[in-house]
Amino acid sequence: MLRFVLARIALIPPMLLGVSLLVFVMLRVGPGDPALDYLRLSQVPPTDAALADARSMLGLDRPFPVQYLDWLWRALQGDFGLSYATRRPVLPELLGYLPATLELAGTALAVSLALSLPLGAWAAAHRDGWQDRLVRGIAVLGVSLPNFWVAFLLVVAFSVTLGWLPAMGRGGAAHLVMPALAIGLMSLSVNARLLRASMLEAGRGRHVLYARLRGLSEGAVARRHVFRNALVPVVTATGMHVGELLGGALVVETIFSWPGVGRYAVSAIYDRDYPVIQCFTLVMTLVFVLCNLAVDLAYAWLDPRLRHGREAA
Amino acid sequence: MRPAVPASPPVVLAGLLAAVFLLLALLGPMLAPHDPLAVDLAHRFAPASLPHPLGTDHLGRDILSRLVAGARTTLGAVLAVLTLVVALGLAVGGLAGMLGGRIDTALMRLCDVFLTVPTFVLALFMIGALGTGLANVVAAIALSHWAWYARIVRGLVLELKTRDYVLAARIAGAPRRAIFSEHILPGVVPPLAALATLDIGHMALHVAGLSFLGLGVQPPTPEWGVMINDARAFFWTRPLLVVWPGLAIALAVLAFNRLGDALRDRLDPALTAERGL
Repeated sequence: MLRFVLARIALIPPMLLGVSLLVFVMLRVGPGDPALDYLRLSQVPPTDAALADARSMLGLDRPFPVQYLDWLWRALQGDFGLSYATRRPVLPELLGYLPATLELAGTALAVSLALSLPLGAWAAAHRDGWQDRLVRGIAVLGVSLPNFWVAFLLVVAFSVTLGWLPAMGRGGAAHLVMPALAIGLMSLSVNARLLRASMLEAGRGRHVLYARLRGLSEGAVARRHVFRNALVPVVTATGMHVGELLGGALVVETIFSWPGVGRYAVSAIYDRDYPVIQCFTLVMTLVFVLCNLAVDLAYAWLDPRLRHGREAA
Repeated sequence: MRPAVPASPPVVLAGLLAAVFLLLALLGPMLAPHDPLAVDLAHRFAPASLPHPLGTDHLGRDILSRLVAGARTTLGAVLAVLTLVVALGLAVGGLAGMLGGRIDTALMRLCDVFLTVPTFVLALFMIGALGTGLANVVAAIALSHWAWYARIVRGLVLELKTRDYVLAARIAGAPRRAIFSEHILPGVVPPLAALATLDIGHMALHVAGLSFLGLGVQPPTPEWGVMINDARAFFWTRPLLVVWPGLAIALAVLAFNRLGDALRDRLDPALTAERGL
């Protein structure tokens, strides 16, 4: 188990290094000139002299590998430079917005799991009954509705019409309900459908037949022998949803005036604020990679072959 | 080939709906009852009526006409994305699978880097690098999805390479290029087509989402995501303006998802496990 964990963690630095190179190269080969954007955001007229000054100040006149290594070295120390627009250090600014986004994406994940597991199990228990049809219907709809539109519909229903929930801002649990539901709906639908299918699959296993022959109650069989095994593919799928949940949070935030990185990043992209774009991409990637690590560890823990140190394959 | 399974009614319905959307995308402007760009400030927020079945928006433009014209923008963008993604996936995955060795390793490491960044974040980053606008959004979505396709193509190529008929062609001395185009490509295309169909909905949500954030299509061009963004400001008093374009996206995505599901079940059940989505 320890060897698996260490091997898994050792994969992370090279991946992040690759992403840093991708980010740096793409921004340099893309159209546009950082010096020009810097002057535009500083509201300095782009004369030749001003451009030359900006280039040397931003270090753009140096050879490309030197620029990259210098940037990487500083980034490793947490220095992503100053935002062209606000002139403040990028990383602290971004980290100021990040907790709100993580809170939202995390709640969406919790909502997804809390609803999809009972729904999926319920559907599997009543295969082909109305319960099953209902859950399958929700699942089909859930993957087709745009999350930002669902957010609007929820606001119409629960804020405008019923007046039960606050339509914007960050605060207590009531503020989280609608955005988390809108973001989590996709993952919820996929997981419910997946758990249903894999419970039906696991229910056909011989160990289940044996458990029944031993005289265990249907409930105990379902809980201990079907549900637990059926959970493994759901864990894998949830790992794949983490990216969707983060992306969903970035979009849905803007509807609820949620003070997260979404609006900060979008305005940086609009302004071509290079340091912010670089920092945003790398920080979100790091969050994503760490979430995937957590999912893999959960997976290893669920799989006894890995848990007891006999490495599978 | 497995025996053909008769399509169930919902699949037929989804197929019809998808056909209607494709027809709208193809003929859109000819079918629209009004000019989707015609501003008529005297008739702002007109309620539903015979000349304007869905009413008019904040500039007095006919909503139905804008929805119809928007089908072309959204679905056209999705088609462009899928063409790019399939082409890139075939090229990179095909090369990696056919050549093997160091080239394979290098190309797969490149894919790994692209797959390390969450898709939506990568698309946002690419727009940051390329600039805003519809063409750049299309490129950005393609650049954030091609690695999935390359990996799947490579897997299919590696599997097909072990088949007896490919071995026979190699023994007969057929050049690698001919083996690829004549023996491997026909086996790669059907599952890839199923995957692409299944992704139409997913890509449409991406296009609409990025346009909704104001990074894609610029007003006044009609596009479903932009229409929702336009309607935001009047949302508290006129929620219907947000409902219609969202409904169009939802129905289109629903139809193409069902169609893709059916196609995938027929062509390649193994693909389901591949993506987990």
